[in-house]
Order: sequence, then structure tokens, then C-alpha cells
Amino acid sequence: MAILEVSNLSVYYGVIQALKGISFHVDRGEIVALIGANGAGKTTTLHTLSGLISADGGKINYKGHDLTKTPSHNIVTLGMAQVPEGRRVFSEMTVLQNLKMGAYTRNDKNEMEETLSVIYKRFPRLEERKNQLAGTLSGGEQQMLAMGRALMSHPDLILMDEPSMGLSPIFVNEIFDIIQAVNRDGVTVLLVEQNARKALSIANRAYVLETGKISKEGDAKELLNDEAIRKAYLGE
Amino acid sequence: MSFLTYLINGLSLGSIYAIIALGYTMVYGIAKMLNFAHGDFIMVGCYIIFSVSGAMSGNSAVGIIVAIILCTLLGVTTEFVAYRPLRGASSPLAVLITAIGVSYLLENIALLIYGADIKSFSSVVKWEGLSLAGGQLQIQGVTIVTIVISVVILIALQLFINRTKQGQAMLAASEDKGAAALMGINVNRTIALTFAIGSALAAIAGALLCSAYPSLSPYTGAMPGIKAFVAAVLGGIGSIPGAMIGGLVLGIVEILSKTYISSQLSDAIVFGILVVVLLVRPTGILGKKVQEKV
Repeated sequence: MAILEVSNLSVYYGVIQALKGISFHVDRGEIVALIGANGAGKTTTLHTLSGLISADGGKINYKGHDLTKTPSHNIVTLGMAQVPEGRRVFSEMTVLQNLKMGAYTRNDKNEMEETLSVIYKRFPRLEERKNQLAGTLSGGEQQMLAMGRALMSHPDLILMDEPSMGLSPIFVNEIFDIIQAVNRDGVTVLLVEQNARKALSIANRAYVLETGKISKEGDAKELLNDEAIRKAYLGE
Repeated sequence: MSFLTYLINGLSLGSIYAIIALGYTMVYGIAKMLNFAHGDFIMVGCYIIFSVSGAMSGNSAVGIIVAIILCTLLGVTTEFVAYRPLRGASSPLAVLITAIGVSYLLENIALLIYGADIKSFSSVVKWEGLSLAGGQLQIQGVTIVTIVISVVILIALQLFINRTKQGQAMLAASEDKGAAALMGINVNRTIALTFAIGSALAAIAGALLCSAYPSLSPYTGAMPGIKAFVAAVLGGIGSIPGAMIGGLVLGIVEILSKTYISSQLSDAIVFGILVVVLLVRPTGILGKKVQEKV
């Protein structure tokens, strides 16, 4: 059953059409990867889903709500959270304050504490550094914080934008392990990645975005063995 | 002993600058704009107190409350009508010029209603003050009240920002509006709240300013507004403790240079200090380095 259904979505930046009527869906419990080159429209897609950019056409159906008509600050209450590209943690705030911002829309204090302890278990490093300013963390730790912050809202669907960007190979593996663990706990994942090999290896299904259009879609393992994909995105 | 008196007077004037500068710096921190009409909110507050107290036969407490409420509404309305539509305009100059326009608008409305002649403002602080060291050290009531109120405001603001959800949302939105929206923070409402707080502070600053310097004209707020802007920049714009320190430094330097050097030169000295500080520390005393995005 689709938790997210995007149909014919188009977005313009001035006269340039960044998304040319793309359609895709994410089923409950899946990891879906959206891969593609720089400038293909991956981040634009996620920003439009979260309402940071407004759509110029098409529909985004999330659990029966049309997100193209929902202001961005109300989307997280519907159960959708985003881990933005470049992490964008609040560097002047502590790790704990950042995590609490993630739960900004929640009022259930006790359950929030519970979520926090689950997140600390998943990211022990965040607990060790909970009183440290987020700006002083390493890139990998900031990525963990951004993920923890998004999980604090207790989302059903989490959008991840380039979580491996700029991280050392050890951290990349760790981050991808965490994404799988989060998914096993029942959170649906829409993953945008330039590291196509990694993304396809953990995803159920994938879409290939090329200059604002979806050029290919299918089972992630099949795409991993697709000749054209291997040439274009896996460097073979 | 007289030096101590001047120092305390400087501290008091500095406290007023600090309260005004807090409004400047908070609005800048979150909306990334300089609200050049901020000084005129002070003047509006003073006229409201003047009129209400006059109508209530000198009861200034009601006047202050009315002034705080109306200035808060004025700040929120100005933001909604004049500044919000220009957020995201291609040039940041657009909103800056609009702020200057709002400043002229308020001054001229005051001119229409009250005329250009200077009104004499009766102090909202009725307490005579203290006489210490056998009468050698006289401290006016308004001086003490001003210093105490500014300290209370600073502490209250710090508690609000660090301990409350709304305060944390303000901090988050001032760093990254997009990320704040992703957290579910209504950024527009948070900015409006900041304007509300800043404008309420302007009304309080107005009451204290006109009590210490009891002449009221449509241009009463202009110079203190600019000085407070200097104080905010001096302390590091966007920083709340910075605004406090900047305000106090400015007030003390102004009074001491008026006393010991020259009353004509005091403003030149104040602005000279700004130039020197900015040459040495371009981000101000407590300002943080701005990270360039690569």
C-alpha cells in the first residue's frame, strides 16, 4: 500500500523546469532510492515533498493528504520527516537541544523521553556529546544528529537527502547500516543518493532521475545489474 | 565621588540603549533585516504614555501598559504589512528602504497629531532616589529603576530563549529557516513573535528614556535608535549579551566624554569607537565569525 504517491509533479525555478512531471510512489515499509546525477532534480523533489519549494503542477498524496497544499511546518505533524542535504544541524545549539527541536511538534513528554532513549541507543555518540554544541561535531556525527533529530518526530516516512555526502568510508557504511536498522523498526525510507551502488544495495526499489524526468524504475537489485545503469552511475 | 555619579548615569543611559539594542539585534538575528523604524517605536510609545497619562490625570502605570500593548501591535502589524511581503525579495535593500520609509511615516504621523513643538514628559518613576555617603552621592530614582529593569529584561530574555520551546524555535529559525520549517516550526509566526518582543521592549525603553530626558518630539526616537543600532553592532549583531554590553559601553563612553572631554564631541567619540572596534573585530565584541558557505 502506497504511503506516498507523487503524480505528474512539476517545479519551475523561474523559466527553468527542474521537475518535468515526475510520478513515483513509496509503499509502506519500503526503502526506495532516488538516484541520479548532480542537477537531476533529486533535492528539488525532496524539498517539494517537504513544502520548502512549492509545486507548480501535479499532486503529492501522503496518507490521503495533498502535500502541495500543506504548509511545510504542518507536514512533520503528518508523520513525514526529512534529513536535509548537508545535514543542516543547528550549530549554535547543543546536541540535546537539536534533538528536542526534532520533537518540536510533539507534546507527549513521557513518550518523547522514550524516543530519546531509543535514539541514544542507536547513536551512543550523541548521548556522549549531548551537551556539546552541534557545530563542534564531526561530519559523521552531524549526520547522525540530523538523522536522530528527524527520528525524534516519530515519523512514518523519513526522507534522506545524500546522507553519505562528504563522509569517510567507515562512516558511510555505518550510516547505511543505520538506515537499514531504522527501516527494520518500521520507518519507510525515501533515500536520495549520489552513491548509487550503496543506495541500490540497501533499497527495495529505485527510480533514476535524469534532468527532471524519471528515466528508469524498478527493483533495486535488477537496476544494480542493469548495463546502462552500471555505465552511467556505477562507473563501470 | 562625582566620577561615580557620572559612571552610574552612563550605566543608566547605557541600559536604555541596551534595551533598544536588544530589539534591533533579535529582529536582525531572525529576520536578517535592520528595522530602522525601531527607534520610532520608542517615540510612539512615549506619545502613548504622554496621552494616556494626561487623560488619566497623571497615572502613568496604565499609560505604560497601553503603550506596551499598542507598540507590540504596531511591531507585528509593520512586520506583516511592510516587511513580510518583501522577505525573499531579490535584493535585501528593498526591506531596508521600506524600514526607512516606515520610520518617516511614523515620525510624520506624530508630527500631524502632536505638532512639532516639544512636549514635556513627566517621569514615570516617582521615586526620588538615593542619597548616599552623606549626600555626596546622589542617584536619581529613574537611574536605578532603569538599570534594574534592563538587568531583569536581559535575564528574562535569556531564560525565554534557552528554556522555552518558543525561544528555542527562535534560535533555530535564526540559524536556518528551512531546517526550522522541517522541524515543524512556523517560521513566519516565530518572526512575528520576535517583532512583538522587540517592540514591547521599545515601549519600555521609551518610558525610561523620556523619564530621564523629559522632552518629547516626533524625532525623540531617531538618535537613540541609531545609537542602539551602533550598540548592537558594537556588541556583535545578533547576540543578545552583545547588545547588552554594546549598550552599556556606549552609554558610559557617551556620558564620560560629555563630562570630561566635550559635550559637542561626545557623539563623534561614540561613533569613533564603533569605527575602531569594527576595524579590529569586524563582527563586534561578542559577534561570531560568519561562515561562508562553499
